Amino acid sequence: MAQTITQKILAQHSNRPRVEPGDNIWVAVDVLMTHDVCGPGTIGIFKKEFGADAKVWDTEKVVIIPDHYIFTQDRRANRNVDILREFVREQGIRYFYDVMDDPQGSWQFDPQQTKPYGSKYAGVCHLALAQQGHTRPGEVLVGTDSHTCNAGAFGQFATGIGNTDAAFVLGTGRILLKVPETMRFDFTGEIPPYLLAKDLILWVIGDISVSGATYRTLEFGGEAVSRMSMEERMTLTNMVIEAGGKNGVIPADETTFNYVNQRTTKPYQVFHSDPDADYVFTKTYDTSLLEPVVARPHSPDNRALARECSDVKIDRAYIGSCTGGKIEDFIHAAKLLKGQAVRVPTYLVPATREVYDGLFTEMIDGKLLADIFFESGCLDPADPSCAACLGGPQDTFGRLNNAEVCISTTNRNFPGRMGDKRAQVYLASPYTVAASAIRGYVTDPREFLA
Amino acid sequence: MKITGLIFVVGDNIDTDQIIPAEYLTLVPSKPEEYTKLGSYALIGLDGDYPPFVEPGQTTTRYPIIVGGHNFGCGSSREHAPIALGAAGVQAVVAPTYARIFFRNCTATGELYPWQSVDRLVAECTTGQTVTIDFDHNLFINHTTGREYPLKPLGEAGPVIAAGGLFDFARQSGMIKAAP
Repeated sequence: MAQTITQKILAQHSNRPRVEPGDNIWVAVDVLMTHDVCGPGTIGIFKKEFGADAKVWDTEKVVIIPDHYIFTQDRRANRNVDILREFVREQGIRYFYDVMDDPQGSWQFDPQQTKPYGSKYAGVCHLALAQQGHTRPGEVLVGTDSHTCNAGAFGQFATGIGNTDAAFVLGTGRILLKVPETMRFDFTGEIPPYLLAKDLILWVIGDISVSGATYRTLEFGGEAVSRMSMEERMTLTNMVIEAGGKNGVIPADETTFNYVNQRTTKPYQVFHSDPDADYVFTKTYDTSLLEPVVARPHSPDNRALARECSDVKIDRAYIGSCTGGKIEDFIHAAKLLKGQAVRVPTYLVPATREVYDGLFTEMIDGKLLADIFFESGCLDPADPSCAACLGGPQDTFGRLNNAEVCISTTNRNFPGRMGDKRAQVYLASPYTVAASAIRGYVTDPREFLA
Repeated sequence: MKITGLIFVVGDNIDTDQIIPAEYLTLVPSKPEEYTKLGSYALIGLDGDYPPFVEPGQTTTRYPIIVGGHNFGCGSSREHAPIALGAAGVQAVVAPTYARIFFRNCTATGELYPWQSVDRLVAECTTGQTVTIDFDHNLFINHTTGREYPLKPLGEAGPVIAAGGLFDFARQSGMIKAAP
């Protein structure tokens, strides 16, 4: 009987020959990820339910990545990072990407200090998981963050969960899951030079709506997807939650193996959907016919062609987050910004320290990305974190504190997402954000990519 | 079982940032005093013309039942969202459809019942009306208008919430050992 990748992974992790959509099954977890916003609450429930002396089920399988509210003087936010550190110390958890080097220390952000973070700090959890070798084909990864679905780009099952489920996993290594049915999206042909993965996923979300994939898997395929880098693939799977999806998945191939094998020696198993597997539907896009798009306020499915919005004046541009703050996102933005000047404040927030460092090593035509951004008038790149993607404490870098209009490479634009609920956020690709920063209005990047 | 009380009516796609804005996520729900504080901020991010859900200076709401539109609770996976509602005194949400993680978090925490209505009741109800949710008959009864509406059975989620959440349910069913 034919099965999808998602069915095969869930069957293997629940010791069953096969599973059907709708089955409720207990699934063994390979990696549990948590961060500073949901980790402290998860730890609290774990201690309450399993006891003050309880031990996590596997010290090698818990990955803790502070990334949300790090570079803030909010005392409670600082305390939450300390709660993680104390738990890691007490439990002997192996993978903790702490913001400071002293395992006995207490975190306090000093805005005067340049590079205020220590040698282990990684940055935004979803990209950090990939870069540090925690994403592997065939595995089950759960995390206390809705964008955990990002890791599906590696041909694995990955989904976001709440604190209570995470606390249960911490103690038992297992989670109760309902097997989702799968929707298939194929992108045929080559990606035109003015389109990025962000455009493709905004097309999908615009077509199926913010609830079109509720309880379902989005499986991506087609020539355009097979030709994508891992970073572009992650942009697709990262945003499946914006359509309500449980997980997104892209079959692992040579591109996946090259990325993963450089970062981990842990063995993994590769699954493929059977050719006659059951899908809710298969939707095929001729990639060459698609145009650059934005998601208008206040919903990721409020799609419009970028060129239809050319009279929308913007107050700022923002390049960052797990979705749009990877090194390739900055390379794409820099391609347009080279030799140009931005007309609005343009905020750069590399997702991870690896991306930040890349701004000072990657070049376009012999010129460093950092120099391209500096010369075009962008603000200096911020320390890597989630920053203003989700608003955060008042002193968060790039937070929208007024009724401003922002065009952003981030993933979500519900009211108040980036701070003030009067603010208006347009979601777009790094090309479209850069083009818009140059003109001061929402702009189709083809104007600058001739 | 029945829940009777005033309703608070909201629209479609009420996301977790409207339920509890990200600036309040520094509050840790498992700490009792911070749990209470989360309740005082419930629905403070609502976009549009709404009366206060929790009156200034209060920590709980007058409205134990929320009537929502489609895709209630979409957005982030923050468990702070159902917890803020539960801490404010909400006992049930009634909406035609839910975002998956929010629904799951309601069930896992046992904070509140996510009832699914057959119809979109937002169009039929007004904030401040008195209703009863009748668990035995899967009914939503609007006492102000005298009209009744069918609800979909709670299904697998019902016993988990009734047990008090995922942990108590898992103990009852022998999945994990008794509480420490």
